[in-house]
Amino acid sequence: MPIITQSSSAAVVIDDAKCIAEKGCTVCVDVCPLDILAIDEGRKKAFMKYDECWYCMPCEADCPTGAVKVNIPYLLR
Amino acid sequence: MTDATTETIEADILVIGGGTGGPMAAIKAKEANPSLKVVLMEKANVKRSGAISMGMDGLNNAVVPGYATPEQYVKEITVANDGIVHQKAVMAYATGSFPMIQYLDRLGVKFEKDGSGEYNMRKVHHMGTYVLPMPEGHNVKKVLYRQLRRLQVAVTNRYMATRLLKAADGRIAGAIGVNTRTSEFLVVRAKAVILACGAAGRLGLPASGYMFGTYENAANCGDGYAMAYHAGAELANLECYQINPLIKDYNGPSCAYVTGPFGGYTANNKGQRFIECDYWSGQMMLEFWRELQSGAGPVFLKMDHLAEETISEIEQILHTNERPSRGRFHEKRGNDYRKRPVEMHISEIGFCSGHSASGVWVDENARTTIPGLYAAGDMASVPHNYMLGAFVNGGIAGADAASYCADLDLPAFDEGDLLAEQERVLAPTRRADGLTPHEMEFKTRRLVNDYLEPPKVTAKMEIAQRRFAEIRDDLSALCARDPHELHRALEMQSILDCADMAAAASLYRTESRWGFYHLRVDHPETNDEDWYCHTMLFKDAAGRMSHRKREVAPYVVPVEAEEMAAYHQLRVKAPQAAE
Ligand SMILES: Cc1cc2nc3c(=O)[nH]c(=O)nc-3n(C[C@H](O)[C@H](O)[C@H](O)COP(=O)(O)OP(=O)(O)OC[C@H]3O[C@@H](n4cnc5c(N)ncnc54)[C@H](O)[C@@H]3O)c2cc1C
Ligand code: SF4
Ligand code: SF4
Repeated sequence: MPIITQSSSAAVVIDDAKCIAEKGCTVCVDVCPLDILAIDEGRKKAFMKYDECWYCMPCEADCPTGAVKVNIPYLLR
Repeated sequence: MTDATTETIEADILVIGGGTGGPMAAIKAKEANPSLKVVLMEKANVKRSGAISMGMDGLNNAVVPGYATPEQYVKEITVANDGIVHQKAVMAYATGSFPMIQYLDRLGVKFEKDGSGEYNMRKVHHMGTYVLPMPEGHNVKKVLYRQLRRLQVAVTNRYMATRLLKAADGRIAGAIGVNTRTSEFLVVRAKAVILACGAAGRLGLPASGYMFGTYENAANCGDGYAMAYHAGAELANLECYQINPLIKDYNGPSCAYVTGPFGGYTANNKGQRFIECDYWSGQMMLEFWRELQSGAGPVFLKMDHLAEETISEIEQILHTNERPSRGRFHEKRGNDYRKRPVEMHISEIGFCSGHSASGVWVDENARTTIPGLYAAGDMASVPHNYMLGAFVNGGIAGADAASYCADLDLPAFDEGDLLAEQERVLAPTRRADGLTPHEMEFKTRRLVNDYLEPPKVTAKMEIAQRRFAEIRDDLSALCARDPHELHRALEMQSILDCADMAAAASLYRTESRWGFYHLRVDHPETNDEDWYCHTMLFKDAAGRMSHRKREVAPYVVPVEAEEMAAYHQLRVKAPQAAE
């Protein structure tokens, strides 16, 4: 069976203006226990790549610039 | 033939799982013998992995002199588990409890103390006083990490262990790991292996439908149980599920252990108390379920009668520590503890000895039934372990493994086993299309809800087994297009293994026990004559899921028959009006 792609809203939001991934920061990506964040290679900014969040918040707590905001995923909000 | 990139390293001790019990196992092994090479393999990042990723609100089961003796604790846990406990292991925990608190205190973990520097203990359990709050408990992972560095434990992050390796003589010989970002293999040869992979928290499907909205850290999907099973270890009492009273939809603790000592309590829709004690047990969950069935639900955690200072203190603890997103959830809902009680519900099922009594069988030295293989924390069979249990039993495993290693050569493993595992792991990457890990996981977990949740019905559990077998056939179509999807595809297979184990274990024990956890409609009575025993599940020589009974070893702390019934009288006699 061919595989299709479906979309959903990203509960974890990164403020591009504050994110310093272009300077080499990967803290939020490193700490996420579910490994769902990544750095966008083109924009050099962190983003939520997979909708698999445990809303535990190390990404937000450890970000050096306060760029990450964890919202409760819509299905359980 | 595989195209796998494989690196092999050698160690004395391999610890799998860098959450709570795993780091302590590595630390205590190194403290016992600093010359040992200890490798800690973690599928996430040890800095922020596991149940205590953000910290913890308190110790739920601290045995502190002046408040309780180890004997009293052993008795309470025996009673809370309907007598089916290996008391020696509970005693080993109980006597190790206070020294571990002092050790953690020295390392810099903050516990609540009174003016004179004594620990500020609180009563939540039915009988004794065992809760030690940690309002500043957010630095636990940092403290552990510092100690791992200091002792030079070798940490490999982002490697998911998939199978254990054994030597021809049956000893443990190491494990195979897969990098979750590159799919490269890492083979760790070791003389002893300590499993500390946490609970099986992605077994049932949360009512919200959000697969990762679990009570447990969602990385804990049952890999430890699956690995132990496939290696031939025995698993105990898996039918004693973990089912928790949680904040509805948020699916995290509310938390009655924190609020109870301040005067908060569980109430029905009339604001009335209906259970004597908020300590999580199967009997408590049964009363919770009955209240919902009777139409007196929803059930709430009630705090709106408390004073403002008390509520701000509760908020401070609950919204900044172990689950800080709780505050964010309540805010969106307009929930204010001052005005409205918090709606609770019954969680989906899982395996976890932290809160029940199931897991990979271990004795009082944390040894499994395989020589050289240890287990600790939520996945090992010591009941009601919680965080301190993971630390103490992890420490016991580490120290025992250190002496086990002393005069042992590195065991050899069968190269064929490695090749077979690499084939199994990579199979989903060899297909261009097919079924996705997400949909196969979703379906497995949806069927767990439909057919395995208590009250357990024989006919339903048999249907579950047939449906799980169909899903097993569908694995030949499972497709992973990148390393992340492969990671999920492997996790999905652990979940399916656990689902099969949950069904088989529940069918084997033909009685009801542990309140709601093993409530069998076709066998409603507790039958001590035939079932006052542990049930052991294991893979037999022919590869079939098999069972046997294991006698409950003679108690080290005797329990009188009338004391044994204490947890059966949890329902409030005549409902009290809200005060
Ligand atoms: C929300 C919540 C609140 C709690 N509150 C309290 C409390 O207030 N007080 C208390 O005493 N206890 C509490 N507990 C229980 C306590 O946190 C746990 O019992 C304890 O932390 C379990 O430790 P562990 O080492 O077994 O598992 P964890 O700490 O969860 O560690 C398991 C680790 O194994 C890793 N892992 C899993 N599979 C693999 C694999 N295949 N390969 C490599 N690594 C793997 C995971 O990533 C994880 O890091 C709470 C638990 C939860 C979930
Ligand atoms: S931690 Fe913060 S600054 Fe660093 S990559 Fe993530 S969002 Fe950007
Ligand atoms: S909240 Fe937790 S799971 Fe979600 S992105 Fe942040 S670290 Fe990852």
